[in-house]
Amino acid sequence: MSEQKPAAGGRASMKKELPEKFREYKHVWVFIEMERGVVHPVSFELLGEGRKLADKLGVELAGVVLGSGSEDVKHAARESFAYGADLVYLVEHPTLADYRNEPYSKALTDLVNAHKPEILLLGATTLSRDLAGSVATTLLTGLTADCTELNVDDDKSLAATRPTFGGSLLCTIYTLNYRPQMATVRPRVMRMPERIEGRAGRIVPFAPDLDEANIITKILRFLPDRESRKSNLAFADVVVAGGMGLQNAENFQLVRNLAATLGAEFGCSRPMVQKGWVSADRQIGQTGKTIRPKLYIAAGISGAIQHRVGVEGADLIVAINTDKNAPIFDFAHIGITTDAIRFLPALTEAFRQRLSPHSKDRLAG
Amino acid sequence: MHIVVCIKQVPDSAQIRVHPVTNTIMRQGVPTIINPYDLFSLEEALRLRDKFGGEVTVLTMGPPMAADSLRKALTIGADRAVLLTDRFFAGSDTLATSFALAQAIRKIGEEFGAPDIVFAGKQTIDGDTAQVGPGVAKRLDLLQLTYVSAISGLDLEDKSITIERRSEGGVQILKTRLPCLVTMLEGSNVVRRGRIEDALRAARADVVAWNAKDAGIEDVTKCGLRGSPTVVKRVFAPPPRAEKAAQIDLAVHKTPNDMAEAMIEAMFAHSPSLEGDMTKLAAGF
Ligand SMILES: Cc1cc2nc3c(=O)[nH]c(=O)nc-3n(C[C@H](O)[C@H](O)[C@H](O)COP(=O)(O)OP(=O)(O)OC[C@H]3O[C@@H](n4cnc5c(N)ncnc54)[C@H](O)[C@@H]3O)c2cc1C
Ligand SMILES: Nc1ncnc2c1ncn2[C@@H]1O[C@H](COP(=O)(O)O)[C@@H](O)[C@H]1O
Repeated sequence: MSEQKPAAGGRASMKKELPEKFREYKHVWVFIEMERGVVHPVSFELLGEGRKLADKLGVELAGVVLGSGSEDVKHAARESFAYGADLVYLVEHPTLADYRNEPYSKALTDLVNAHKPEILLLGATTLSRDLAGSVATTLLTGLTADCTELNVDDDKSLAATRPTFGGSLLCTIYTLNYRPQMATVRPRVMRMPERIEGRAGRIVPFAPDLDEANIITKILRFLPDRESRKSNLAFADVVVAGGMGLQNAENFQLVRNLAATLGAEFGCSRPMVQKGWVSADRQIGQTGKTIRPKLYIAAGISGAIQHRVGVEGADLIVAINTDKNAPIFDFAHIGITTDAIRFLPALTEAFRQRLSPHSKDRLAG
Repeated sequence: MHIVVCIKQVPDSAQIRVHPVTNTIMRQGVPTIINPYDLFSLEEALRLRDKFGGEVTVLTMGPPMAADSLRKALTIGADRAVLLTDRFFAGSDTLATSFALAQAIRKIGEEFGAPDIVFAGKQTIDGDTAQVGPGVAKRLDLLQLTYVSAISGLDLEDKSITIERRSEGGVQILKTRLPCLVTMLEGSNVVRRGRIEDALRAARADVVAWNAKDAGIEDVTKCGLRGSPTVVKRVFAPPPRAEKAAQIDLAVHKTPNDMAEAMIEAMFAHSPSLEGDMTKLAAGF
């Protein structure tokens, strides 16, 4: 997507004529990402989305699990069924114990060539971004990064929508004459589907052509992150965020105060990070975190598309902005046209009083 | 040692404007910069060169004006600049971009010595896909090291490299063989200010400009629009929600306290379960 412009003239009239060899490509696949034995939640979100696509196309939904022969992969397969997969391709090999580009991209590419899916979805995480680019290039097919919406067109091709450069635009991208149609989606962009305990499916084992002796890259060590360093923004129920309307780093404290009172997480828009006022792991939006809280309060944030795509999944969006025409009021549910610097302390105090539980509520928990 | 760094000229995002009526991007007059992520890769390349000797070649594919970004890279300290420019490249998606860059890197190898390391940025701020680096690696059959936070060992005799790389939930320490492709994580180094000598040298230096043929590309159907499997079919403004945000009536609620209470009422009216949930959350449950 680096140089692309919207279809015009010749390009728009480009015919979709799937070459013969691609006609047999069928079914929707989701790469089930596992790191250190834990399935990344984005994989379940993608199964939810993949389920909808598969149903529209009238085809099956498969999870693709790569790993070494342990309980972990079996667990990942069972979870894939619980979240909607009809079948799971299980690729087990000692070289797949931890993620490395060489064995993973080879195994996934070989699996695609053997079983021919029409759609392959992956999370837009460090692991899957590393993998997806290699696999798509080897297959010489199209890959659309960081989609915010996936759909099936009238002619059954994948319509992948993502934000595009320029502040307020989205574009819909097709992979015309190649298969599989590949796309990545960032964590929390899609809704987590319901988990159905005990839902069953088929396991299709696949023996990869791998040999540790042929793999050049070796993992010397793995240093796990200390949990405490990570913010829990993506999974918080209530998020309060501040933008450039707060005018300086000191005023951002008003956002932290409200968040602390609510037991919420705090976040910010990108310029706040670029100014060095807030740390990068607090950025919300296309190049930051995507959130799906029950309540999102945005103070002094204009609501540019790159911010919007990160917060649209919130159940309730509340905006505080001095400009009644700010784009954020186009997608917020409740708005107030006022100075956030004056309003936030009042809101914090009002919440503190309103939410301070009577002792019996406290006991009731 | 020879290092190639892929850089891209991008519009300075902070200054981009969208035409309010036609919804198209107004590129005219927008200043351009080197993609900020690419600078961390350039800096790392320069550090390796300073330590181990050799040369750094910067490469970009883009319109003729992209030469400005190459010249900027020379002032920071790169030794040589190659501009890949041809109308055949217009409209390239990531697959076509990686094809053209890979061909140019092959040609650079023939002309100036095969690279030991190719650097790319983690991602661009305009395309923002993080795909071109892995694409180039695959096309050149280079080992791929993305999201690298530190290069902790390099042995030119042994042709080995040891790096730290960000992965989900931790840092992987990997050892692999040269030649390889590396993308650096932002903040992993501090980009130098160029020296006066470099600025003077850059002002006189020639930017090598290649068209598709110069870069040894015979099959131009693999470039540009024709070489791109993805097609942008529609560009549109996000649809506004059916109704705009319900505004708190400031004619009725005049003091900040009044306004705050009205706002909380409106929230709880919109989402009835919220009050209970938030009460628990505020109490630390
Ligand atoms: C490739 C790319 C990726 C990007 N990724 C992201 C991303 O992940 N996340 C992100 O947030 N942005 C991202 N951006 C930037 C985005 O386009 C906007 O520039 C940014 O979101 C604007 O931040 P802001 O709303 O805080 O600042 P501004 O746009 O400056 O808006 C400030 C707002 O505050 C209001 N205001 C002023 N004073 C007050 C006051 N006293 N009280 C209340 N309101 C007040 C103003 O009316 C205005 O609406 C990205 C841009 C690009 C090009
Ligand atoms: N036109 C280009 N010329 C040179 N390098 C590029 C170009 N496009 C992308 N790259 C490189 O690939 C990286 C990732 O780009 P992207 O896939 O667009 O996010 C960039 O940081 C650059 O290093």
